[in-house]
Amino acid sequence: MAANESLARLSDVLFTTSIATYAVAMCFYTAEYAFGRKGYVASTAAATAPRRELVSVGASTGGGTVATADVPAAALRPAFGKIDNPVRKAHSSGDRLGVLAVVITVIGVILHGTSVTLRGIAVDRVPWGNMYEFAAIAGLVAVLAFLATLIKLPQLRYLGGFALFPVVIVMFLAGTVWYVQASPLVPALQSYWLAIHVSAAASSEGVLMTSTVLTVLYLVRSRYDRLAAAGEAPQSGWRAIGSRLPAAASLDKGAYRAVAFAFPIYTFAVICGAIWAEAAWGRYWGWDPKEVWAFIVWVIYAAYLHARATAGWKGRAAAWINIVGFGAMTFNFFVVNVVIAGLHSYSGLNS
Amino acid sequence: MTGTATDAPPDAGSAAQPSAQPSAQSRPTETALQRIIRHGPVAGVRKLWRRLISMRTALVLLFLLAIAAVPGSLLPQRNLNPLRTQQYIDQHGAWGTFLDRIGMFDVFGSAWFAAIYLLLFVSLIGCLVPRIRLYAKSLRTKPLPAPRNLLRLPESTGFDVLGERSAADLAAVARASLGRRWRAIVREEPGGSVAIAAEKGYSREAGNLLFHLSLLTLLICIAIGNLFGYQGTVLVTEGRGFCNSVLTYDSFKSGRLAQDGQVAPFCIDTLNDFQATYRADGSASDFRADITYSRSVDSAPEQYRLKVNSPLRLEGDRVYLLSHGYTPVITVTRPGQPPLTSEAAFVPADLNYTSEGAFKFAGPVGAGNDIGVEGIFAPTSVDHGGVIVSTSPKLGNPVLGLIVYTGDLGLQLGPQSVYSLSATQKDEGKADPSTGLVVQDRQNLAMGETMTLADGTTVTFDSVKEWASLQVSHDPSQRELLIAAVLMVAGLLGSLAIRRRRIWVRFSPAGAGGAAAGAPGDPARTVVSVGGLARSDSGSFPEEFRNVIERLRADLAGAPPSTAESPSTSELPSTAQTGPTRIDEE
Ligand code: HEM
Repeated sequence: MAANESLARLSDVLFTTSIATYAVAMCFYTAEYAFGRKGYVASTAAATAPRRELVSVGASTGGGTVATADVPAAALRPAFGKIDNPVRKAHSSGDRLGVLAVVITVIGVILHGTSVTLRGIAVDRVPWGNMYEFAAIAGLVAVLAFLATLIKLPQLRYLGGFALFPVVIVMFLAGTVWYVQASPLVPALQSYWLAIHVSAAASSEGVLMTSTVLTVLYLVRSRYDRLAAAGEAPQSGWRAIGSRLPAAASLDKGAYRAVAFAFPIYTFAVICGAIWAEAAWGRYWGWDPKEVWAFIVWVIYAAYLHARATAGWKGRAAAWINIVGFGAMTFNFFVVNVVIAGLHSYSGLNS
Repeated sequence: MTGTATDAPPDAGSAAQPSAQPSAQSRPTETALQRIIRHGPVAGVRKLWRRLISMRTALVLLFLLAIAAVPGSLLPQRNLNPLRTQQYIDQHGAWGTFLDRIGMFDVFGSAWFAAIYLLLFVSLIGCLVPRIRLYAKSLRTKPLPAPRNLLRLPESTGFDVLGERSAADLAAVARASLGRRWRAIVREEPGGSVAIAAEKGYSREAGNLLFHLSLLTLLICIAIGNLFGYQGTVLVTEGRGFCNSVLTYDSFKSGRLAQDGQVAPFCIDTLNDFQATYRADGSASDFRADITYSRSVDSAPEQYRLKVNSPLRLEGDRVYLLSHGYTPVITVTRPGQPPLTSEAAFVPADLNYTSEGAFKFAGPVGAGNDIGVEGIFAPTSVDHGGVIVSTSPKLGNPVLGLIVYTGDLGLQLGPQSVYSLSATQKDEGKADPSTGLVVQDRQNLAMGETMTLADGTTVTFDSVKEWASLQVSHDPSQRELLIAAVLMVAGLLGSLAIRRRRIWVRFSPAGAGGAAAGAPGDPARTVVSVGGLARSDSGSFPEEFRNVIERLRADLAGAPPSTAESPSTSELPSTAQTGPTRIDEE
């Protein structure tokens, strides 16, 4: 086997360690979510909304004109700002838990990234040639996407547990069920399109995964809102989870923006796949099971984007389409790769 | 108005605009024809058409398309795997036959799948035409007038500018402050106020239209490719070649409108060498086929190295390396006759290239004197009690297991498979010696070894060559298809990354009436209200809006007052009372 065994083994160890690290970070996020002030603030903000905040930003400007203003706070807040509380203490214990969680996540990302890099060096090619490696990359992209979101929207930090949960699941499955030894590629996969096609697919799917998390949270939150409107809001226990989430509209918007970001990349990935298939198999599209499901996923997300612009389909109906799209994507990954025979059977599991 | 208008994403701004009532406007001038269209049988068709081209229908059709594709991956498909499809049908009896009848084994060629995408196609055209027209018009029309109450808009703010300055002057400053990227118009309003209407992000719709148009083009290209393209596969052993003509192919598929005789006139003169390289564990690391080819009958031969990911691209045709295998060569010598050498391509039966095939040697016609040889070939052979199996696809110690028959091969009865002897003819026990085949001997030969039959005939395993299976594909619209696909992504990026947004700024001199009325005795001032609206998804618009406001305020503050004497000091008016009240939209 033309793979560097010791590097490959080190990569495996780092992979396992990064899963464990993410799991620990998840606990900290959850602790912040449960005990931190953010969650508390979100729930009280929800209870007292809508609240009008008038902030005076005008001041004397010398010279001839003097301007004063009532700027509604809404204009000054970022999209997710509704959960921010101006009177929040800077260093509550929940806050410390959250910061710690982010630090642990960053450590996890470094371990994870090193693992992926070492795997690539060990096999002397891009490290996404089979299902295990693909899952490792998609997971890495998802965590990076979450960290990137935190740079812009730090107030979302307390939701980290929700973002890491699917990543840990996928990586766990990758490390146990789909694991294959580091090995070189079959000739059909020896193409620079592997680098382009698969990385585009993995990153768009990582982002779509994030969108699904936001959509599920949106559904939970909007259910809570409906109960609250009817005066039946659950006060405690896990059913009160909705009260601690950001506003439904923000979650919905976040989910949409993730899809809007990922959909062109996914489209690009499918097109690259077709270009590659044209070179490798003599046809750009042949309705191979993997291609069928790539098509289905694409159509469903197109339907989601349409639904967002169609009266009567906005909101929860669109959210369900998003979830169905994720279901199809998951099926394409979990079932089509392993169970259904086709040209794309690259899982490396059936030899 | 078009049918799409009713379903178009509701524009929050329109609530505040003078509501357009197309029917109310057109009714007084309605002609007889229009009346018939409105009420006659045409009306039903029109209604149906409108429904077809609505967003909601597109949504449902997209869903149907996704669902319809599912059986295409879960059930075996005839064009991909005919053998497995037939097995499936046989195993499932009436159910299998029923599924077959409704096209479940050829989903992507079935009438109902076509019905869905054709409807979607028509719907797409139907919705694109009016949208393009509308877009062209919107490029020429001016930004919509400001809604009456700007502070109802999702983004809004208000402030005062002190000083004796005309609303028009301030508006000019504000217009400059917005910058050129905003398409804007300054309007005077009744009551002395002046309003700027500004708009940005027109290219979103352009991107969206580009996306849908490219999608349309893409579908047309696919259709053209399917109708006019062809695809043939041919198996070539080292040292041989072929010319592109329908007859040379082992299998040939062509589109309905492709003219069968007319294929590009190139020749693959010879397959000089096929090489498969393997790693230590037996997995393949590389395949290549060195070929000599000519673009046309009278052009000079050229060389090319075919590999899995690098086909030979000729004018309009591509040649691919699909698969490979072994071609053993044997020589049969009958007593007193010249030796006959024959090569036969063997079909791999497992991943280690244990392969099967047959040789046929015709005897004198009618004499029942043919020799048929069935063989199993193992490139790296292991003998299991006389049965050979290969343990590696590599050529290690090749062994050819042969069963030699004599009798009538039925060669004059018409074409038969080159890979096997006809099964009915070699039914060993029952075979009638005059028409059937009789086993003479069986033996496993290493390369160079010879077996001798009872009658003195010798069979020698001479050597082994390799064969490559080549596919020739022709698709007249492939390049256009790629262009359409690239434009599609470009359109998507424009459509999803750009946001259409509007900003209105209104300058009302205090005391001019309306919401801006101030108490008598206040210093001269102008009430500025600003409203903003982003369509479909506000995204970072609040931030952009804030920046615009900041710049606007700075510019308005810094601009020289229009009167020489500026009010040097002034009490700040109490914002809470004089500022316009914000009305929450929730
Ligand atoms: C059949 C009639 C169709 C109509 C009436 C239609 C209409 C529209 C409209 C109005 C938008 C803009 C939505 C927005 O601004 O967010 C849109 C977006 C979109 N459409 Fe269609 N469409 C049709 C067919 C299709 C088809 C067949 C596809 C592809 C499968 C498709 C894919 C998309 C996508 C991906 C978007 C998202 C782009 C965006 O949100 O701007 N559309 N469509």
